[in-house]
Amino acid sequence: MNAPSDRFVWPARLLHWLMAALILAMLFIGVGMVASVSERHAWLLRIHKPLGIAILLLAVLRLGVRLRHPPPPLPADLPALQRLAAHASHWLLYVLMLALPLVGWAMLSAGGYPVMLSESLRLPSIFPAGPTAFAVLRHLHAWLALLLFLTFLAHLGAALYHGLIRRDGVLSSMAGLRRSEPPASPQSPQLLLSQDDAVASTPSVPLADGATGSSGDSLPP
Amino acid sequence: MPSLPASPPPHRLWRWAAIVAAVAGTAAAFGYVGGWLAPGRLTAQRLVDQLQSGGVHPGFRRNHAKGVCVTGYFEGNGQASAYSTASVFASERTPVVGRFAIPGGNPYAPDASVPIRSMALRFTLPNGQQWRTGMNSMPVFPVATPQAFYEQLKAQQPDPATGKPDPARLAAFFAAHPETAAFRAWAKSAKPSASYASESYWGLDAFEFVDGAGVRHAVRWRMAPQDAADADATAPAGDPDYLEADLRRRLTQGPLRWRLLVTLAAPGDPTDDATKTWPADRREVDAGTLVLQGTEPQDSGPCRDINYDPLVLPAGIEASDDPLLPARSAAYADSYLRRTSEEAHLPGTATAPSHPEHQP
Repeated sequence: MNAPSDRFVWPARLLHWLMAALILAMLFIGVGMVASVSERHAWLLRIHKPLGIAILLLAVLRLGVRLRHPPPPLPADLPALQRLAAHASHWLLYVLMLALPLVGWAMLSAGGYPVMLSESLRLPSIFPAGPTAFAVLRHLHAWLALLLFLTFLAHLGAALYHGLIRRDGVLSSMAGLRRSEPPASPQSPQLLLSQDDAVASTPSVPLADGATGSSGDSLPP
Repeated sequence: MPSLPASPPPHRLWRWAAIVAAVAGTAAAFGYVGGWLAPGRLTAQRLVDQLQSGGVHPGFRRNHAKGVCVTGYFEGNGQASAYSTASVFASERTPVVGRFAIPGGNPYAPDASVPIRSMALRFTLPNGQQWRTGMNSMPVFPVATPQAFYEQLKAQQPDPATGKPDPARLAAFFAAHPETAAFRAWAKSAKPSASYASESYWGLDAFEFVDGAGVRHAVRWRMAPQDAADADATAPAGDPDYLEADLRRRLTQGPLRWRLLVTLAAPGDPTDDATKTWPADRREVDAGTLVLQGTEPQDSGPCRDINYDPLVLPAGIEASDDPLLPARSAAYADSYLRRTSEEAHLPGTATAPSHPEHQP
């Protein structure tokens, strides 16, 4: 794993997939709880707050990993516009991962609510109480969440585009348990690489060669 | 990083289709969970839309719009501490910011137009936790579920032609909802009180107290007035705002007191049905005394910016399985967002026309 590697360091990959699951769950919990009057509303809200703080802490940790371990370079032939979109969207994701929990925390503070992470664990207020601040922060929280979801969709689409269409190694740089030296043979276990395979095979499309195709995307330089 | 394969991948079209399906599928799931693609689901937004169907009064609560702030403290006596670890029940004083109100979305409704009064309280505990509760001057709620409440609101919606609810629709609603019987029996004899001070206020929904050993006790609570002597006094004619005047007058003479009475359920008593009272022989604990000392108008007082969400609870008090509780919490939050947005003059929100003296 000497730099420049063709994949992310393992802490970066671990944090990526863990946070991907948490953030996607969080986005669905968020829109689900505000659109429900059933008991779902209460229990989703109980998950939402501690999960938000967990994501905030993980995002700080991840930013540190990112700054210490630069990601593998993008393919040299990637068009400039796509390169720009890749960099901008990744930094936008970092900003939103950090901003959304903080805005949520500030919003509850401004609303005069005790910020309870559990039945008895309370976080301090981080914003003076006031109706105008509450309203602005509450709307900001929703709009930033929507922006995060749209950025996530673009990220998902782009990752699949790299993995399925360009097959340029970008997806496997984050997904792969793949060894970096020999091209993996179709028989070798490719646990996390099934990302590519799963998408290719779920729509019951005759993509029998999707597996070989994705190992093809990991040809060594 | 390895570079491109020389040739385009096979089944290019299907690969694109898979990408589009993954992105569109995720977006559609999001839209469904968020309610945008589920127009039939009862949401807080739809509940509050129905509540304000009689007209929007910018800056005001969407229900119990007319009210007044009160301040004081609660003095626990330790007797409920056997059932709940919340410090509010220990022998100590907890500051309280409260609000008396009458139901309905019109902040200018005459006090005598409805026989129900409400008391909302926020207790601020020394550890920074809070207990918020909204109580009403009736022992049972008309309906047991948010959906039935929504249908009740629709049935009560004034007919644009007459300005009054359509009696046939109301009758049809009550016929379809026999659980409203207890409330209707109460309403038959209820009349608008002349004072907030002479009323009892019931929490209606069940909650759970959690004691020091972690044992849960299903409870309901109510505030019983110390002085209910003139509970049957008739409201003065001519003044539509007599309740606030009466409260001010009484408080200049001294504090007003209520006893907090906590009823403990017996096994089998319903905790998920606010239309049913528990049998009268259930154990009742006198948990302490609420002392109210001051009052301020709601447009400038400390209760203005408080959302009396009944699920803001301290350690030692938890929600029961009553389905009305999460619906109240969700709807109050939506109402709070609407009125604070209006107060912040955010784009797209209603602005107050006249009544500067009533601007909350």
